[in-house]
Amino acid sequence: MRTLPFDPLLAAIAFPLASALVIASGLPKRWSVRLAYVAFAVPLLLALHTWWHFDASPKVAGYAFLTQYSTGLDAVGISLKLGLNGIAMPLFLLAGLVGFAAGLYALQSQAERLKLYLLLLLVMQGGLMGVFASVDVLFLYFFHELALIPTFIMVGVWGGRDRTYAAMKLTIYLTLGAMLSLAGLIAIYARSGANSFDLMALREHLARFPLDQALQGNLFGLLLVGLGVLVSLFPLHTWAPLGYGAAPSSNAMLHAGVLKKFGLYTLIQVAVPLLPAGHAAWASPLAWLAVIGNVLIIGFVTLAQRDLKQMIGYSSVMHMGYAFLGIATGTAVGVGGAVFLMVAHGLSVALLFLLATSVHHRTQTFALDEMGGLARPAPVLAAFLVAATFAGIGLPGFANFWGELAVFVALWQFSPAVTAVAVAGVVISAIYGLRALAQVCFGPATPRMEEIASRHPPVDLRWSERVPAVVLLTALLALGFWPRAISDPIHAALAAPATAAAAPSAR
Amino acid sequence: MTLEAAKLAAANNLWGAILPELMLAGVALLLLALEILLPRRQQHVLPDLAGAGILGTLLGLCFNWDSGMLGSETFGGLLYHSTSGQLLRAFFLIAAFLTCVIARLTLARQKMPRVEFYHLLLICTAAMMLLAQTNHLLMLFVTLETLTIALYVLVSYHRTSPASLEAGLKYVLMGALSSGLLLFGITLLYGVAGNPSLAGHAARPFHYADLAAFLTANPNHFIASLGIVLVLAGVAFKIGAFPFQIWVPDVYQGAPTPVTAFLAVASKAAGFAVLLGLCGPGAVFSSYAWLTTPVLTAMAAASLLFGNLAALTQHKVKRLLGLSGVSHAGFLLLGVVAAGATPMAIGAIYFYLFAYLLAAFAVFGVMAHLAGPDDADQELDHYAGLAKESPFLAGVLTVGLGSLAGIPPLAGFMGKLFIFLAAFQAGARAMLAVAIVGVVVSIYYYFGWIRAAYFETWTPPADAAAGPTRPARTPVGLLAGVTLGALALASLVIGFYPGPLGHWLAMR
Repeated sequence: MRTLPFDPLLAAIAFPLASALVIASGLPKRWSVRLAYVAFAVPLLLALHTWWHFDASPKVAGYAFLTQYSTGLDAVGISLKLGLNGIAMPLFLLAGLVGFAAGLYALQSQAERLKLYLLLLLVMQGGLMGVFASVDVLFLYFFHELALIPTFIMVGVWGGRDRTYAAMKLTIYLTLGAMLSLAGLIAIYARSGANSFDLMALREHLARFPLDQALQGNLFGLLLVGLGVLVSLFPLHTWAPLGYGAAPSSNAMLHAGVLKKFGLYTLIQVAVPLLPAGHAAWASPLAWLAVIGNVLIIGFVTLAQRDLKQMIGYSSVMHMGYAFLGIATGTAVGVGGAVFLMVAHGLSVALLFLLATSVHHRTQTFALDEMGGLARPAPVLAAFLVAATFAGIGLPGFANFWGELAVFVALWQFSPAVTAVAVAGVVISAIYGLRALAQVCFGPATPRMEEIASRHPPVDLRWSERVPAVVLLTALLALGFWPRAISDPIHAALAAPATAAAAPSAR
Repeated sequence: MTLEAAKLAAANNLWGAILPELMLAGVALLLLALEILLPRRQQHVLPDLAGAGILGTLLGLCFNWDSGMLGSETFGGLLYHSTSGQLLRAFFLIAAFLTCVIARLTLARQKMPRVEFYHLLLICTAAMMLLAQTNHLLMLFVTLETLTIALYVLVSYHRTSPASLEAGLKYVLMGALSSGLLLFGITLLYGVAGNPSLAGHAARPFHYADLAAFLTANPNHFIASLGIVLVLAGVAFKIGAFPFQIWVPDVYQGAPTPVTAFLAVASKAAGFAVLLGLCGPGAVFSSYAWLTTPVLTAMAAASLLFGNLAALTQHKVKRLLGLSGVSHAGFLLLGVVAAGATPMAIGAIYFYLFAYLLAAFAVFGVMAHLAGPDDADQELDHYAGLAKESPFLAGVLTVGLGSLAGIPPLAGFMGKLFIFLAAFQAGARAMLAVAIVGVVVSIYYYFGWIRAAYFETWTPPADAAAGPTRPARTPVGLLAGVTLGALALASLVIGFYPGPLGHWLAMR
């Protein structure tokens, strides 16, 4: 059921990119800002449109809104094929939501060289919409890289502490991860013999002619390492807290919230269905690595953080561990839980980064020890911070709860021992979350805070900051109370291929 | 050969087949003549004339693309005309035109005589165009020497600069060595292939087809293999592949910027034209693939690693581009290695070359705007604050460097991707790992350059008050602006939509 006279997916990708090009070609600042408002809103509206019409629209192999554009390389099996299945649609929606919020937050930020800032953010937004709308594996990678480049520049130009070092480290780590993933994707292309990068064709071909076991294991391992770097899988995570600590707020929101999910998304959409034997071989090591490394070790590291933004960065690394655990189970419930968690975490971490920057504007510091008593002068900010922290911990009522619950349920069948450790992680995340919350918002104001307050009396959250926060919080609550909005399509997409994938792994 | 026989041979020559080269040579001579005839006030039109001559030739080539001689030999088998030859002709013409655009900037600022420069550039280009179509070992040597000798002069063109003269001398010495190797290799091949006591000896041992037939008949001959290795060594000098890259950093730094650009792009492409003619699928040395494949593979791996690692710590941008050019040669060699197994690799090589042309000239064009009176002195520090002062140049530089680094959505990414695909299909998986290491390392220095242009660096107030120590920048003129903008835009468009170029380059 297509009610639009144009392709919503292509428009969601092209509109921000075209706007960036227009801004680059010398649009005056006043008009650039106006155009940016529209350009951040259009992908969100289109994403909402696809979500609303997803059930009713006709599907081919689970993909709705399918369109194919030739880039002249059909002979090599490369074409721009766009479409959404039940896994891609929630993430497409996530990209639209977080992109809109990050855009609004950037527009009110009064950053230096605002035009360049908006331009890079729009490129990132266009790339992100492309990542989740691509059915062609090569374009999946292509759009990911497109969204990644602005990150490097934004961290370097607008970043905070250690920005040059952080930008360099980020660039090298993420390039390494991306190149390894590209090698893995090319290997799948070349060894499958399907002569196509089209994910649907690859799935069909490899379902009939699976690769041999050892090769599947090697390819899955290669992809796991490459994508693992991108998703900050322990011990390849060290770029993440550093980079997020230095990144400007909107960039951190988009990267931590959405772009980082590319690695998990590719594992779920490409690696697990195409390399079921590889997945079976790696499931156990992956689960233990994720639970010991990401959940437990990084959990304790997060406990030790004394810097608000670094703490959020580490907690985001920790939560990726749960998503990896969901993928390791390989069942529809577990992988579906991981997808749900990706969406929920994207919303909550973006909200946290947004609020952390707003806190910084009022306290002039990220150091937790110097903060205190912010709830009195800024009650609305404190309320948002409480909600975002609760969402991060995974309290019922917020979207994260359902994701974590599904992962734990699936994990119990997979391995009770892993589950026990993983659940312990929730306690850790509750400790650091609540402790940070108490330190920032409540308690007496520290001498340093009073000194700052005497110079710049802290004001409450302004409306321009409230709107993006409300967008994210509403989405978190909506999914928390009505998870079926995205869980039905996720389940429908996973139920069919996952049973096929689970069959050989049921040893 | 008697006079009658020579006349007969001359009557059989199809001069129309080399009309583009003749046109270029004609314009080159016209330039010299006009320099004598025209009054000094009006000599400023001569560079324009050179550029117009190149563009005219390019247009003529495009309109007459299928000259009716494609797939046939002319000049008694000296030349062989093919679609890839036409592609390379166009490639060299475009490179020469872009060199002219950069030369206008550089030569004007350095107050150097201009006409000889364009004359030599045109001669050089004509030699390269013939080289791309050569079908004969002597023709190969003669055209290669014509272009190398013209380049000797061009490299040391800035004759009051010690760096330029030193670069010229280094290029002469290393060039002489490589020519010696090449000639020795050719002699050995000629000697064996013409030896009547060997099976299948050739009547015309210089001709590619005859030589190939002989080599197929004697697939394990020691002297022939020695000759092949020597010929490859001679060509490796041209493309700047390891271990024949030692001249690269000094020559690139000392040469005037337009010459560096021409060396980096056109000279490298000429080397690969020769290499594809010799080692491509079904080419002369294809029956010695057991020998050429390991040699080329080793050279590719070493070039990739050496070029990237050596460029890592460079702060002088011309040396940096030279060393990164070594790694690009490594990438292209990987394509040549793959070409033996999969025909797609040839299209990939051409695509890579075109993407490299667009990106490298964009970067060199920006460099020409930033260079001061001393052309050899170009540091990363000179790029500080470029993004604020001239967003246009900074944007072009970013696109160019991003494309060289192989970042999507730029043309360079597609080039690298096609080479990867070809290498994978050819089963060169270990090489692929080396190439990936190379890409990751290269990100560091390309990104460092972009960082120098964009990121703010803190300067002590005392230094800030004294003003910048870097040379004054040239404002962007109309022609240079349009050209650089077009190059950057082309890199972007081809990155997003590689189809037409890929189709045109016979990607299969």
